[in-house]
Amino acid sequence: MEKDTGQHPIVAHIPHLRRYARALLGDRAMAEDLVQDCLERAWSRFHLWRDGSNLRTWLFTIMHNLHANAVRDGSRRPGLVSLDDSGAAFPIRATQEDRLDLAPVEDALARLSLDQRQVVLLVGIEDMSYQQAADVLGVPIGTVMSRLHRGRERLRDLLAGNGGAMLRRVK
Amino acid sequence: MSDPRAPIGDDDLHAYADGRLDPARRAEVEVWIAQSPEAGSRVAFYRRLNVELHRRFDPVLAEPLSAKMQEPRSWTRSRLARAVAVAGLVVLGAAGGWTARGLMHFDDSTGHPPAPLLAAQAAIAHAVYAVEVRHPVEVAVEEEAHLVTWLSRRLGQTIKAPHLETSGWRLMGGRLLPAAEGGVACQFMYENAGGQRITLFIKTAAEDQPETAFRFAQERDGVSVFYWLERKMGYALTGRLERDDLLRLVRIVYEQLES
Repeated sequence: MEKDTGQHPIVAHIPHLRRYARALLGDRAMAEDLVQDCLERAWSRFHLWRDGSNLRTWLFTIMHNLHANAVRDGSRRPGLVSLDDSGAAFPIRATQEDRLDLAPVEDALARLSLDQRQVVLLVGIEDMSYQQAADVLGVPIGTVMSRLHRGRERLRDLLAGNGGAMLRRVK
Repeated sequence: MSDPRAPIGDDDLHAYADGRLDPARRAEVEVWIAQSPEAGSRVAFYRRLNVELHRRFDPVLAEPLSAKMQEPRSWTRSRLARAVAVAGLVVLGAAGGWTARGLMHFDDSTGHPPAPLLAAQAAIAHAVYAVEVRHPVEVAVEEEAHLVTWLSRRLGQTIKAPHLETSGWRLMGGRLLPAAEGGVACQFMYENAGGQRITLFIKTAAEDQPETAFRFAQERDGVSVFYWLERKMGYALTGRLERDDLLRLVRIVYEQLES
C-alpha cells in the first residue's frame, strides 16, 4: 500500500474538490458523488493534462463540466434527491447546534442562482483569481465579475435581513 | 468629492476585498472607501462573507480520505455501476420486497438468511435517513428519555441508546421504523464533528435466532454495515466508514448494550 510517498498528484486536491462540491451542492452524498465522478474522469484523461499547467484548475474544470452536464440532463440520478420537503432546491441544514450560526449563510447561498454561487465559492472559498474562475467556468472574466457582484449583493440583501447575525459573528 | 483618477467601480471593490489589487490601485480604493461609507460597508461585507464561507466549509478539508479514495485504480468504477447500486436501494424500498442479494457484497457467504436481511434493512434505513437534512431523526436527543421509553415499548424490549461521544460521535436522536418481516424496528443516529453520520439499527429477532459474531457487509457505494444477533435482538451499525473504524465503534456499542 503506497501512502504519502508516491501518491498520485490528484490526491492532494481531493479535499478541495470536496469542500467546493459540498458548498456548491449543500448535500454530502451528492457532493461525494460529484467528486467521485470527477476523479474517475480526471484519471481516465490524465494523459491530457499538460505537466506544468495548473492541476487544480484542470480538476475544477472537469468537475464543473460534469456538474453542468448533470444539471442539463435534469440531474435525476437516483439517490440524489433531497428529502427535504420544503421545496428548496438546496437542502438547508438546521440541526440543533448549527441553527443559529450556520444556517443563515447556507440558506442564503441556496437562494443564489447556480452561476452566482459558483463564482462566489470559487473566489471566496477556493481563493481563485478571477481569471482562474473564468477558466474553470469557461466564461469571460467580465462575466465572472458581474456574477460575483450580483451574487455577493444578493447575499448582502439576504443576510442583512437576517438580523445581521452573520455580520456580528465575524470580526 | 470628485476624484481625479479613474473612477472606482464595483470590480475594484470586489478585487480590494479579495486582495487582488496592485498597491497603487489599492491606495486609490482606500481613499474612495474613506469617503464613501456605503463602499466601505460593502467591502466589509464581502470580506466577512469570505471569512464566513471558510469558517463554514473548511472543516470539510479535514475529513479523512478513505484508502480507496487515495488509490487511483479505484476511481474508475463506472458511473453506471454506482447509479445501479443506488437504484437498487430505491427499487427495493419501493417494491417492499427486501432481498439482500445483488444489493450487498457479503464477506460472510455462509451467513444464514436472516442476518443479511438485517444488514440490508439497516443499510436501506441508513441511506434514507442519514442524508436527511431537516428531519434526520424523529425524536431528538433532547428528549432522549422519552425516545428510549417509547421505542422500548414499541419493540417490546428494553432498548438502550449507546453513547459514543468519547469516540467523537454525538447521539442526534432516533426513530421508529417498520421491520421487513412485520413488526417494528428503530434507528439511532450519530454525527461527528465533520458532519458524517452513522446509524444503529435495532429490531427484535425470532425466538430461535442463534447469537452471531459481528458480521460485515459492504454496499457498493462504500456504506459499511456490521451486524449481529444477540438475545433475540438484531443490531446493525451502518456508516460510510472504513471497516476497522466501524468495528471499533461496534465494540463500544456492544459493550454498552451488554452492560
